[in-house]
Amino acid sequence: MTKRQLWLRFIAHLDRPLLFGIGLLMLASLLVLYSADNASWGQPLKQVLNIVVALICMWMVANMPLHYLMRTAVPIYVLGMVLLIGVALFGEISHGARRWLNLGIFTIQPSELMKIGVPLMMAWYFEKNEATLTLKNYFIAALLLFMPIGLIARQPDLGTSLLISASGFYVLFLAGLSWRVIGGLFVAGLASAPVLWSMLHDYQKHRIMMLFDPSQDALGNGYHTIQATIAVGSGGMLGKGYLNGTQTHLDFLPERTTDFIFAVYSEEFGLLGNLILLSLYAFVVMRGFVITGNASTYFTRLMAGSITLTFATYAFVNMGMVSGILPVVGVPLPLVSYGGTSMLTLLLGFGMLMSIETHKKLVKT
Amino acid sequence: MKKQVEFKNHQREIFHFRLRLVVSIGFVMLLLVVLLARLFYLQVVRQSYYQTLAESNRIAVVPIVPNRGLILDRNGVVLARNYSGYTLEINQTKTADMEATINELATLVEITNKDRKRFKKLLTESRNFETLVIRNRLSDEEVARFAAQQYRFPGVEIKARLFRDYPYGDKMSHLLGYIGRINQTDVQQLEENDLASNYRGSDYIGKTGLEQSYENDLHGITGIEQVEVDAGGRAVRMLSSTAPVSGNTLILSVDAKLQEIAMEAFGDYRGAMVAIDPNNGEVLAFVSKPGYDPNPFIDGIDTQSWDELNNSPDVPLNNRALRGQYPPGSTIKPFMALAGLNFNTRSPEKTISDPGAYYLPGSSRQYRDWKAGGHGSVNMFKAIQMSCDTYFYGLATEMGIDNIFNYLSRFGFGKKTGIDLEGETSGLLPSQEWKMKRYQQIWYPGDTVSVGIGQGYNLVTPTQLAFATATLANDGVAYKPHLVKEVRSSRNGESRMIASEPLGDLTIDPRHLDLVKRAMAAVLQPGGTAVYAFLGTPYLVAGKTGTAQVVAMKQGEKYDASKIDERHRDHAWFIAFAPAEKPMIALALLAENGGHGGGTAAPIARKVLDYYLLGKVPKPLRDADVKEGSEHD
Repeated sequence: MTKRQLWLRFIAHLDRPLLFGIGLLMLASLLVLYSADNASWGQPLKQVLNIVVALICMWMVANMPLHYLMRTAVPIYVLGMVLLIGVALFGEISHGARRWLNLGIFTIQPSELMKIGVPLMMAWYFEKNEATLTLKNYFIAALLLFMPIGLIARQPDLGTSLLISASGFYVLFLAGLSWRVIGGLFVAGLASAPVLWSMLHDYQKHRIMMLFDPSQDALGNGYHTIQATIAVGSGGMLGKGYLNGTQTHLDFLPERTTDFIFAVYSEEFGLLGNLILLSLYAFVVMRGFVITGNASTYFTRLMAGSITLTFATYAFVNMGMVSGILPVVGVPLPLVSYGGTSMLTLLLGFGMLMSIETHKKLVKT
Repeated sequence: MKKQVEFKNHQREIFHFRLRLVVSIGFVMLLLVVLLARLFYLQVVRQSYYQTLAESNRIAVVPIVPNRGLILDRNGVVLARNYSGYTLEINQTKTADMEATINELATLVEITNKDRKRFKKLLTESRNFETLVIRNRLSDEEVARFAAQQYRFPGVEIKARLFRDYPYGDKMSHLLGYIGRINQTDVQQLEENDLASNYRGSDYIGKTGLEQSYENDLHGITGIEQVEVDAGGRAVRMLSSTAPVSGNTLILSVDAKLQEIAMEAFGDYRGAMVAIDPNNGEVLAFVSKPGYDPNPFIDGIDTQSWDELNNSPDVPLNNRALRGQYPPGSTIKPFMALAGLNFNTRSPEKTISDPGAYYLPGSSRQYRDWKAGGHGSVNMFKAIQMSCDTYFYGLATEMGIDNIFNYLSRFGFGKKTGIDLEGETSGLLPSQEWKMKRYQQIWYPGDTVSVGIGQGYNLVTPTQLAFATATLANDGVAYKPHLVKEVRSSRNGESRMIASEPLGDLTIDPRHLDLVKRAMAAVLQPGGTAVYAFLGTPYLVAGKTGTAQVVAMKQGEKYDASKIDERHRDHAWFIAFAPAEKPMIALALLAENGGHGGGTAAPIARKVLDYYLLGKVPKPLRDADVKEGSEHD
């Protein structure tokens, strides 16, 4: 085999448009991280490592045949559930929440695993029952969704449980859940809102209240929102220029390499920069939809659609939170925020998308 | 939808899925539009608003406190100055457990019980968010020791500051006053006067004395520095600055050496003395004894020291010269004589016979002369020289209270002199109207008799009496007394003179003046009431002794100093001007419980005049230096 053949085989299962989109977003990540870390290479370099590890994992998943992928669904889901129950019983408490499980050598956050595990399991379930779908199947799928959600919400981790709910709901939606049921759920959701509200922890209520009036607690919980909004707003049309954001470089922005990195970007690159960034996200999401549209099996369609929609949701929730239209929930900006776990989870998803796209010819239609 | 379908149409299924996909795309588009709208709103519509917020985040306006103006005496001797030193300060908002922090600090630098008490008091009085001083004047070693441990104390810092210092301590306290930390009341006042912005960053303000009355000159103009700060409030770089303008220098008319000599001349006596240059109203010495050390007041005096000062029987905090109100006693007689001459009540030549007591026509009530058996035959000259009470009982009665009130108020009795200190009292010059208002009683002839010798309702302050004496010495041309002679601008060195324009001329007949002045000179000559005090001076002094009763004598009772508790003895007065023919200095002097004006007060005055006119510095005053004996009021 020649070198060229080897190379071709190496990249055979990588979807080029998708790789192009996420590659640019990763470049943006390094660029903004350099500024957010006060013009130091510390975090950008570590992020490079995160990216490399995640890309290798993505490549491996992309090269995995679909039936292989399907076979992982049940074990991942069951493992995730076991770990979640473990967390509920033996988890470590940090910042008032029980989210981590200490496995001796390292600590893990099982809810991250479920970001993929839940839609995978649900898609697998629908595929298995494709031939005889009844409302009962949707109900069971919903149960598969709500068991882990309940555990995660109890930790408490409202942000993650809502986002996993969303990805599960996308599976149900794409699987063809009747509009009437969706409408019914919506009405029921509205009706039970006061009950749900009373079940929330005080700090969660606080975060939601902050949304309506951040100045109420300008030095406490509202501080994040206020400073982030100031950073975004003062960026203006063209931004203050790279490395020139005053909110960023004078330490007014909290968590500016992770959850609030969008504020750094917005302050320095302005509305024009935001249009470019949003275009990149839109491009990746559109490619995801194209892959979804081309997907050959029920399982792959549901999986690809859920992955794509979840990605779009993450991006929206983060930017909405930074620009002050959504409450502060700990959601990173996908592919841009610093952090290995989220990078890995995201690229595992993109690996699946690539696998779905590149293996479809091999699957019977 | 798919309920009963066992085997679905594949095409139909794909169609349904694509429909869902389109809805999904629409959903994502909606999110995108919402986000774009929000970003457009923030970054275009409200850009300038957020720009302003970002700027105000970034830029802090830091006030630069100006140096307070100096206070110098008329010869350039420094009376109030600034020196730089280190303080240890605690930020209230950054310190959770104050008590524990102070205990920790005490292991590094000395913190006395007094410091703690003072700090507690500051804490209750302070404005919020202020940093408060726990220790002053740290030694270099203490600064180094704390600096090494500073990381343990996030809310504690060392600051270099300018401190106010009054080198003359208790000798100048009642005229200089002191500065103190700005409290809520001061803040309110500053806000009312629109001065609050100039006091941003200032910690001190004049509380009493000249420090208070010339606050606007002394404070200076606060400078401004615009700095870029980070979220922690640390300055990153300076953007622009306007330098502060130091406070103006006050140059007093007071002579520090004269003041010192006068303070010492009082010995153990409490009392007051105000000396004025009659030609222009410049105050040459302003004594209230005892004084107090103003230095501990600057950073808040501790409660214990405050109580000691406040509860002392000597009332050192009372400004006797400015606020002490005493009956003028016989020192009123020269003015009473001028009034009598003015209204032609008695001619200078008219003699009366003094049997030792005075009776109102048709009354048996006895008004005793201080000299048992009386002075015999006296005219106006002799009445002043010998301080004959009977003569003035009669003169006052013949003149009537209305004339007395009318004439004496021209000399400033019963009114504030307007000296440049706050809190002056106005004394009391009684009138029919006043008595009606005060006691709802008519004026009795007997009231007038007492007023004739400066007893009864009459009250004066030493400042007032000095002012009246200076006016008399200057032939009726009055000048408002003032302690500050000149305000020198720190910006351009230009001086603003405190006006020495005459308040007015009382247009007293020169012959009347001549008589009274000669009689006052004779007070210090053989036959007068203070013969010994000025024996052998090369300059001629005109003066008048006086006694202010502390406890009233009953009818027929005789005053015997030895039988009376020291604090109930009479106060001794002496007023004087010299040289008598061309006065350069006029003074009023009160020695509390001193007994007799001639024996106690006049010798003190001599030391003052000797220094001022001859440059003679007295030997330290000994207690037994005062000549007792035949000298009497």
